[in-house]
Amino acid sequence: MTEVIITNETMDEEMTLNMGPHHPSTHGVLRFIVQTDGEIMRKATPEVGYLHRALEKIAERCTYEGYMPYTDRIDYVAAMFPNQCWAMTCEKLMGISPPPRAEYLRVISCELTRIASHLIMLGCMAMDVGAVTAFPWALREREAINDLLEELCGARLTYNYHRIGGVSFDMPKGWADKVRRWIDNFLPLMDEYDRLVTYNEIYVKRLANVTVIPASMAIDWGVVGPNLRAAGVKWDLRKADGYSIYPKLKFAVPVGEGKVGTVGDAWDRWDVRCQECRESAKMTLQCLEQIAAFPENDLMAELPKRMKPEGEAYARIESARGDMGIYVVARGGTEPYRVRIRTGSFTSMAILESLTPGIYVADLVALIASIDVVAPEIDR
Amino acid sequence: MTPEEIFHKLERELGPECVFNFDAGTGKAKDAFCEVEPGSITRVAQLMKADPALGFDYLECITGIDFPNDQKIQVVYHVYSYGKKHRLVLKVSLVRDDPVIASLCSVWSAANWLERECFDLLGVLFEGHPDLRRLLLPDDWEGYPLRKDWKEKPDYHGIPSTRPNPFDLLAKAKALEAKKAAEAKGAEPADGKPTKVVEVNAAAAEPAADAEAKKAAAKAAAIAKAAAKKAAAKKGSP
Amino acid sequence: MSSKLNQMASSPGYGKYAVEGASVITTSVDEAINWTFNWARANSIWYMLFGLACCAIELMQTGGPRADFERFGSAPRPSPRASDLIIIAGTLTYKMALRVKRLYDQMAEPRYVISMGSCANCGGLFQYSYSVVKGVDQVIPVDIYLPGCPPRPEALLEGLLRIQAQIKNERYLQDRYQARAKKG
Repeated sequence: MTEVIITNETMDEEMTLNMGPHHPSTHGVLRFIVQTDGEIMRKATPEVGYLHRALEKIAERCTYEGYMPYTDRIDYVAAMFPNQCWAMTCEKLMGISPPPRAEYLRVISCELTRIASHLIMLGCMAMDVGAVTAFPWALREREAINDLLEELCGARLTYNYHRIGGVSFDMPKGWADKVRRWIDNFLPLMDEYDRLVTYNEIYVKRLANVTVIPASMAIDWGVVGPNLRAAGVKWDLRKADGYSIYPKLKFAVPVGEGKVGTVGDAWDRWDVRCQECRESAKMTLQCLEQIAAFPENDLMAELPKRMKPEGEAYARIESARGDMGIYVVARGGTEPYRVRIRTGSFTSMAILESLTPGIYVADLVALIASIDVVAPEIDR
Repeated sequence: MTPEEIFHKLERELGPECVFNFDAGTGKAKDAFCEVEPGSITRVAQLMKADPALGFDYLECITGIDFPNDQKIQVVYHVYSYGKKHRLVLKVSLVRDDPVIASLCSVWSAANWLERECFDLLGVLFEGHPDLRRLLLPDDWEGYPLRKDWKEKPDYHGIPSTRPNPFDLLAKAKALEAKKAAEAKGAEPADGKPTKVVEVNAAAAEPAADAEAKKAAAKAAAIAKAAAKKAAAKKGSP
Repeated sequence: MSSKLNQMASSPGYGKYAVEGASVITTSVDEAINWTFNWARANSIWYMLFGLACCAIELMQTGGPRADFERFGSAPRPSPRASDLIIIAGTLTYKMALRVKRLYDQMAEPRYVISMGSCANCGGLFQYSYSVVKGVDQVIPVDIYLPGCPPRPEALLEGLLRIQAQIKNERYLQDRYQARAKKG
């Protein structure tokens, strides 16, 4: 039978579609102006700023200690990281060093938050691609972490736990055992996740070789964090900078290897985060062992009576989405003169436009989900 | 390489009029920085990226700082090298009335959105940028908010930028109720005794149940306001 | 708690259909019909997923396994045309305010609004911000305000139950017929 190819003039028409800012994908208020012929995109331009809350301008009216709750809102999915970054920047500026028990508590809370943040990404990405079951599974585990952190610091989402000079509360009695029991339960669950989603044939076919970010492009565009590691660059600030007490912990840095496709494709970005969850769990166990050596309730360093520093400092940490840095310029007052927050999602969003020519509209959804951006980090 | 060595290398290659004022980062400033003359920022950036000993491949952050007292806007570049693991901070001072500087998009692509944000919030023009327009604020926003002399407008397209104090609203609602009650009493026929009795009772009841009356009045006022708004909305959109 | 709300709905003082103008129907059959309509509406409030900021994460968790929204009959819908309730969860910025108004206008009546969290109630902790709308009720009318930063899932469920109580107290048939009669 001969093939009949039907050509239609209207098939060559290009349409401009609007995706967002309100859309069922749960990555926050982002908008894409998509130019497509119906299936394959010519370009997708991101538009951001729908959650611009002027955090940098507000910092010029807050005291240094008083700014801590605002840092929670920079990245609310993993709120301990901006807390720690702000605390570290102010400590670098004022020459304060927190006691070791506080550092351990910081790392424990941060690694638990990293798992929680990656769970949201895993659940949302699976849901966006179509595997809706994974989303309630991820939420169920995140509820457990929320409970643990609520016991520790009182809040489920915007913790305000770290302070300049240390942390605010110590572990309650029995909390360490609860965390250990939960991690014993969590590690086999990650294996279950792998069986259900990661190595699922449909999932692999959907994500392998899709939107590859080569390593050179990632470095040039300033992409950081799990996205950079998925591109094949073995770079983790916890090992490279060695801040806080990370040098005392043994952990591996998962790197994308192109197991099912190319190095740096969407599947690699998924797999790196799955493995990072496991590493974070192991790090938490090590911290809980090592923290017992330090006396309880020794949580804050000696602080100056009034914080009126002069100078400037830039400190960065490895947040769940990559390199988060805060640059503070101080000129002797009780409020900072300028605070600049550098986030991993901002540069990850910037690279999106150049990745979109020639991919399917459905792959755009997978791309946004695999890059793991949150709107508040982009807009602040 | 230490920051000092990096600075000396740049100075040798490009001359002291391009890079100057090195600070080692041991004093007030905790990171080593050097100042760069605005016209030569592209050459400095290209050298920093291309030179194998320097190898700066990662542009971390571009910050704009407004110094109205010194009549300057300073653009601060944090640049890092993955290979050599060293960092240098570059500072460029621009004239506050006309801040223009060359764009670094051709050197590091990360500069694309970072410069757009600096333009959006501070008004620094980056020459040679492929797409310099507002990023975070609405497209029809006027002004550059991160400048120190920026004043907030009272509303944006009809949405007020402050919220009325709820205690003021409560006082107004109470005054309105009192006025209505006074008008209603005035409109009633002057029977004399019944109204007087009512007045005496009302006067006696007030001091005793003052707190409850206030709470009830507040609740009633709030519910009345919400109901009035909802009714207005329903009427407005049939 | 729910039995108390049911009492509120069916007690003789509440929901009485004596009205300012002439009422179209006043018999107990109509009360029963009204009750049935309201019961059906209240137990299937479909909400629009309108998560803006941090409260959106708590909204997702409320829809999650522990504090389950769907056991109240409340399913999330991505489109405003198919939803009864919009939960404004998070900070509203000026850039987003136009879209909120547009989405609210697209919702079919009867529609309800829950303002979830401090930022949606009054601007929250962003009072000094130049780009935040100080309260979503400056753009759309709000039925229930939920304080919290973010409110717990249990608080959001309480908000939903209050909306259910509000629905059960409505004079659904009367409003509809009177509206039709007014139109002519």
